[in-house]
Amino acid sequence: MPDIHEIRKEFPIFENMKSGEVLPFAYLDNAATSQRPKCVIDAEMELYEKHNANPLRGSYPLSVEATDIYENARKSVRKFINADSSSEIVFTRNTSESINLVAYSYGLSYVGEGDEVLVSIMEHHSNLLPWQMVTRKTGAKLKFIECENDGSVDLEKIKALINEKTKIVAITHVSNVLGYENPVKEIAKLAHEKGAVIVVDGAQSTPHIKIDVKEMDVDFFAFSGHKMFGPMGIGVLYGKEEILDKMPPFLTGGEMIDSVSRYDAVYAELPHKFEAGTVNAAGAAGLDAAIKFMNKIGYEYMQERELMLTKRALDGMIKIPHITVYGSDKAKNHTGILTFKIDDVHPHDVSEVLIADGIAVRAGHHCAQPLLQYLGVNSTTRASFMFYNTEEEIDRFLESIATVRERMGYGK
Amino acid sequence: MENRSFYNEILTEHNIHPEFKFDLEDADIVLEGVNPSCGDDVWLKLKMDGDVIEDGAFIGDGCAISQASADIMLGMVIGKKKDDAIKLVDTFVKMIKGDASDEEIESLEEASALQDISRTKTHATAASYAYRKADFRHREASTVAS
Repeated sequence: MPDIHEIRKEFPIFENMKSGEVLPFAYLDNAATSQRPKCVIDAEMELYEKHNANPLRGSYPLSVEATDIYENARKSVRKFINADSSSEIVFTRNTSESINLVAYSYGLSYVGEGDEVLVSIMEHHSNLLPWQMVTRKTGAKLKFIECENDGSVDLEKIKALINEKTKIVAITHVSNVLGYENPVKEIAKLAHEKGAVIVVDGAQSTPHIKIDVKEMDVDFFAFSGHKMFGPMGIGVLYGKEEILDKMPPFLTGGEMIDSVSRYDAVYAELPHKFEAGTVNAAGAAGLDAAIKFMNKIGYEYMQERELMLTKRALDGMIKIPHITVYGSDKAKNHTGILTFKIDDVHPHDVSEVLIADGIAVRAGHHCAQPLLQYLGVNSTTRASFMFYNTEEEIDRFLESIATVRERMGYGK
Repeated sequence: MENRSFYNEILTEHNIHPEFKFDLEDADIVLEGVNPSCGDDVWLKLKMDGDVIEDGAFIGDGCAISQASADIMLGMVIGKKKDDAIKLVDTFVKMIKGDASDEEIESLEEASALQDISRTKTHATAASYAYRKADFRHREASTVAS
C-alpha cells in the first residue's frame, strides 16, 4: 500500500499552499475541483514547450506531434471508460458544454411538442438548464424524479415516470450535494425499454468510480478533466456512435468540415464533426496524464482511502451536537461528499470560521438549487474529500466545526 | 485553534439579537436582495412619511455580516431624511471598498464596526449588500421608467 504522504509530494500545490501559519491549508473542496499532480501540469506545459503547433492542420513534424498527442489522449479516454471506438469520444471544455452539446444537437432534433424529458431533482444546474431550454423551445414537458431522504432513488417510481412520450432521461451518476451513486445501469434499461436515450452527468463520479459505459449501457456520458486531477478547460462527451452519427453539429466553423463551398459544407467524420475550432491539445495531454496517474494509483486504493476518510468525518460529525448531515447515514453512500448544516449559523459563516482555521470547504447552494429547495434549506456547507486528504485534515475539520456555534456567539 | 469570538461583539450581537428583524406589514418600499453565491435572501422594508424614513425592518436569511449590517443600517436610517440616508449608504460602501477617510468612517457610528471585516471580497459583498438595497435611487428610477 503506497504511503499517502509520498503521493502528496507529487502535488506541487500541497507544498506551496501553506497558510503562512503553523498548519498547511486543508483542501476539502474536491467536489468543486481536484488538485493536480505534477505529471499533469508537466504534460500540459510540455505540449506548449516542445510540440506546439495547431493540431490536425499542418503536415510538418510539430503539427503531427501535436495531433498525435491529442489523438492519443482520445484513445486513452476511450480505454478509460471502455468505449467501443475513439469516434465516440468528443473533447469539450467541460461537463456543462458536453451536456449542452447533447441538448442543442440531439435534444432540439429529436424532442418534439408533447414529448417528455425526465431529469432528477438532484441535478447540478449543468444537467438541468439545458433540458429546461430544450423543453421550452420544443413544447415538451420537463418531469422530475424525486429522491428519498437518504439521497437514493426508487427504481419503481422511475419506472412509473418513463413512458412512450419520454425521449430523454438525464440523470447524474453521483449527486454533487448528497454523494449518492444512482443505479445508472438499471435506469438506462428502463429508459431503453420505452425507447428513450439516457444522458449521464459523470462529473462527480468519474474521479471516484470506475466508469464502464458499455456495462452501464448509457447513450451519453459527460465528465470534466478538472474534477479528476486533469486540467481545467478539457471535458469529454461520450456518445454511442450510431447516435452521434445522426446528430447535427453543435458548433460549426473551422476543423469540423471535409469540404466547404459557397453555400454548403460537408461535415467531418466523428468525432471531429463536434470539435469546431482549434482544439485544446494541451488540456487533452493533461487529461491523458491524469488518466495515467489514476491508473497508477488505482481506483481500489483511492476508494479505500476515500471511504476511510468519509467514515472518520461522518462518525465525528454525528457526535457533535447541532450538526445535520444531509443524505445517507452510511459513509459508503456519500462518495466523499458530506453536506451539512449547523443550527442557527449561516453556512457562509461556517465556511468563514473554517477558513480562519485553514480549511477550505464550499458554502452555498452548490449549483443545485432545486435539490436544496426540495431538502428545505437555502444553503448548506459541503466538505468533499479526495484520496489524497489525510486523517489529520479530517480531525482538524471536526475540531473546527465543533467550535463554530460558540465562536459565532451561540451556546455550545 | 482559538475559541475566541469570531466576529467583534457589535456584529455578533446584531446577528444574534437583531432589533429590526421582523415583518413590517404596512411598508411603502419593499426591496429584495439575493446573493446566490452566499445563499443570502434578504427583504428590506421601509415605511416613509413624506421624505423621512419613519420605520423599517428586514426579514430573510443570510450570513452574519449581511444580517448584522442590515440591522445596524436600519438603526441608523430610521428617522432620517431620504437624502441623508443615501449619503450614509454611499459612505458605507466607500468604507467597504477601503476608500473612506477617517472622518467619513467616524460619521458611520456603529456601522464603522464593520470596517475590519471588509478585508475580503466575499465579506465586502455581504456587508455592502444590505446597504445597496437601501439605495432608493433604484426605486426612483423604476418609478420614472414606469
